[in-house]
Amino acid sequence: MLDTVGLAEKDPDREQPWAELGLKADEYARIKEILGRRPTSSELAMYSVMWSEHCSYKSSKVHLKQFAEIPQETPLANADGTAGVGKMLAGIGENAGVVDIGQGYAVTFKIESHNHPSYVEPYQGAATGVGGIVRDILAMGARPVAVMDPLRFGPLSEPDTHRVLPGIVAGVGGYGNCLGLPNIGGEAVFDASYLGNPLVNALCVGVLRHEDLHLAKATGSGNQVVLYGARTGGDGIGGVSVLASETFDETGPAKRPSVQVGDPFMEKLLIECTLELFAAGIVTGIQDLGGAGLSCATSELASAGDGGMHVELDRVPLRDSSLAPEEILMSESQERMMAVVEPEDVDALMAICAKWDVEAVVVGEVTDTGRLEIDWHGERVVDVPPRSVAHDGPTYHRPFERPDWQDALQADTAAGLQRPTNGDELRDTVLRLVASENLCDKSWITDQYDRYVRGDTVLAQPSDSGMIRVDEETGLGVSVATDCNGRFAKLDPYAGAQLALAEAYRNVATGGASPLAVSDCLNFGSPEDPAVMWQFAEACRGLKDGCLELGIPVTGGNVSLYNQTGATAILPTPVVAVLGVVEDVRRRTPSAFGAEGEAVYQLGDTRDELDGSEWVHVVHGHLGGLPPRVDLMAERALATLLHDGVGLLTSAHDLSEGGLAQALAESALRHGVGVTVGPSDDSFVQLFSESAARCLVTVRPGEEGALEAMAGALGVSARRIGTTGGDAFTVEGAFSIPLDELRAAWTSTLPNALGA
Amino acid sequence: MARYVVDVMPKPEILDPQGKAVLGALPRLGFDGVLDVRQGKRFEVEVDGDASEETLAEVRKMAETLLSNPVIEDYSVSEHQP
Repeated sequence: MLDTVGLAEKDPDREQPWAELGLKADEYARIKEILGRRPTSSELAMYSVMWSEHCSYKSSKVHLKQFAEIPQETPLANADGTAGVGKMLAGIGENAGVVDIGQGYAVTFKIESHNHPSYVEPYQGAATGVGGIVRDILAMGARPVAVMDPLRFGPLSEPDTHRVLPGIVAGVGGYGNCLGLPNIGGEAVFDASYLGNPLVNALCVGVLRHEDLHLAKATGSGNQVVLYGARTGGDGIGGVSVLASETFDETGPAKRPSVQVGDPFMEKLLIECTLELFAAGIVTGIQDLGGAGLSCATSELASAGDGGMHVELDRVPLRDSSLAPEEILMSESQERMMAVVEPEDVDALMAICAKWDVEAVVVGEVTDTGRLEIDWHGERVVDVPPRSVAHDGPTYHRPFERPDWQDALQADTAAGLQRPTNGDELRDTVLRLVASENLCDKSWITDQYDRYVRGDTVLAQPSDSGMIRVDEETGLGVSVATDCNGRFAKLDPYAGAQLALAEAYRNVATGGASPLAVSDCLNFGSPEDPAVMWQFAEACRGLKDGCLELGIPVTGGNVSLYNQTGATAILPTPVVAVLGVVEDVRRRTPSAFGAEGEAVYQLGDTRDELDGSEWVHVVHGHLGGLPPRVDLMAERALATLLHDGVGLLTSAHDLSEGGLAQALAESALRHGVGVTVGPSDDSFVQLFSESAARCLVTVRPGEEGALEAMAGALGVSARRIGTTGGDAFTVEGAFSIPLDELRAAWTSTLPNALGA
Repeated sequence: MARYVVDVMPKPEILDPQGKAVLGALPRLGFDGVLDVRQGKRFEVEVDGDASEETLAEVRKMAETLLSNPVIEDYSVSEHQP
């Protein structure tokens, strides 16, 4: 029987399954206090899903707040190249941050997680992760132009990785390729802690003109609320609310699946239809439907507006007519959007939707009541203050404490571990590392993605960052990179988050772009574990301090908690995405050696920093000690050099996982141009240390002086280490590896493990 | 030799883009009055020996582990009547 507001008043003591829906006793009491009565079952559905960790950020928001302390502006250069200040057109709290990139253009980008669904159903979980982030970007008024996917899996040797990885990669590729969006980068990282809890993070970049910015708000009493896109079905019900695996209404079918199936061709129509609605100038407010579906869209639109909203839920087009109102409110059916338009524009909206074969229905209107009121066949089932659902969820000050094992972990350094002692051992180590799962060639994955569709991709995998042209005439473009080394974050979450930030910042800079802004996807274990909460708090603090020092803002992002298997949490994995602007994509620096006889330089200093490195992970299976030292001022100077050096530098490759050896191998293998490096006092440290703020660059013969002068002026150490040429990777006095042998080792790992 | 038929269908709640595409195409070809189409797949499995409870159970296991994706699909197994 339908549970209405009237019934809730008449029958105040009815027992309700709040605990099964994941609410705590005090949260349920708080809902009753807000409403002055018990919630109806529809209201309970909305509160439970909107107050879940995923939607309310209840454990994380006390720590995320500090990102607002970073000045909300970017270091966008003036048109004449002098230092300037760029605007943030939208920041944290919107669907995605929007950053001015000059020439009247703005870019929006955001990264989100879709971890748990991708473990349950790898293909559809990953596919709908892409679909969800694309709609977030679209909702800002932008045309989505590229996606990226940082992925993390259990060890390649584990059978479950063979179930999860191919499905996830096919899902990312299948959805993105069908949408016609290039996938321009990302990561594939393997670690035992991700077995049973893979991480699927999805990033999307969109481009808009400043005047096209749209926000998620329902304003103007009498304006019409339109739901358009796919029909609402019973999929993904409670996918957001972790515990809601069964519906609570005894009349509804039990055990709805918690996964959703996406339809990228529908999403493509939705994109084009929405962009045409924007161009027609009739959209006053817009919101995508993602996690928490209609509960989220209606309450967020209404609470960001100036009044209330009245919705007639029975008007929602259904795929399954047996759905109850609670289920319709919670459904996470994909490819849906909600727009607010003035009454006289409804016909124009309907015409545009019909043109794109997109179903659209007026489901309600903006009111001046200040309430979110939802009716089901004329009976009121929801009557709540919208803010109480969307924003006034619980805030937890969860206890956090530096774990007692942290000191022991940091004291257990790699210093005493056996290192290669002669040329033959160094040679074996190079070959073993390039073939290791984290350093090997990832073409098996990235070749399943379309990298060049739309014709604006300038750089994509295997470059350090993805680069997209925004304007055909001027060559204005943007560059994006995502990075995180979870082992470093485990050793020191504060420094680990800063190292992730530094690496993404550096990767964007290598192509010649100027880093502007950050989005983050913070993947951690259970917030109920004080040790995990400490990792999270430290990572947030590190990221905030790092962004302050680099002068770039956090524009938004996503938190994914409860990533653990039993009592074992994943490595703390604060994935950082940095976006940069390129004045002219025709002037950029390639990421690999392009010609023989060029001078090879290492920028930045190498210290004996092997704790947490790929070498110690692969060779000794060891994790302990302290991560490499963070020097963000050095990163800034290096980025300036990489930017100013465009034209002078013939290649630039970031030094990070695997150190100089890996960078040399990748730079040489890309175009088959070998390299000879001079001897060093300690070739092992030189080759395998993972000190930060370093980069491998080349210049044409005769231009060594120009590079050294530029480096000197910026305070960046530049050391000539060798010369390109030949068909081998050679370290004088130690070893030489023919490129064919190196390539065989580097490229065979994934195909051998995954077949074909 | 025993023959079994395994029918696999997307669960009723799950979106079926293929069925939806077919539903969209039918009226264009003049087939009116179709309310819904769902598309699944059918397997015919031949096994050694006579039909029995054991072989039926074995085919069910195949359906559960390989022929269907139980997260998003339902299956049914029946003996094939020639």
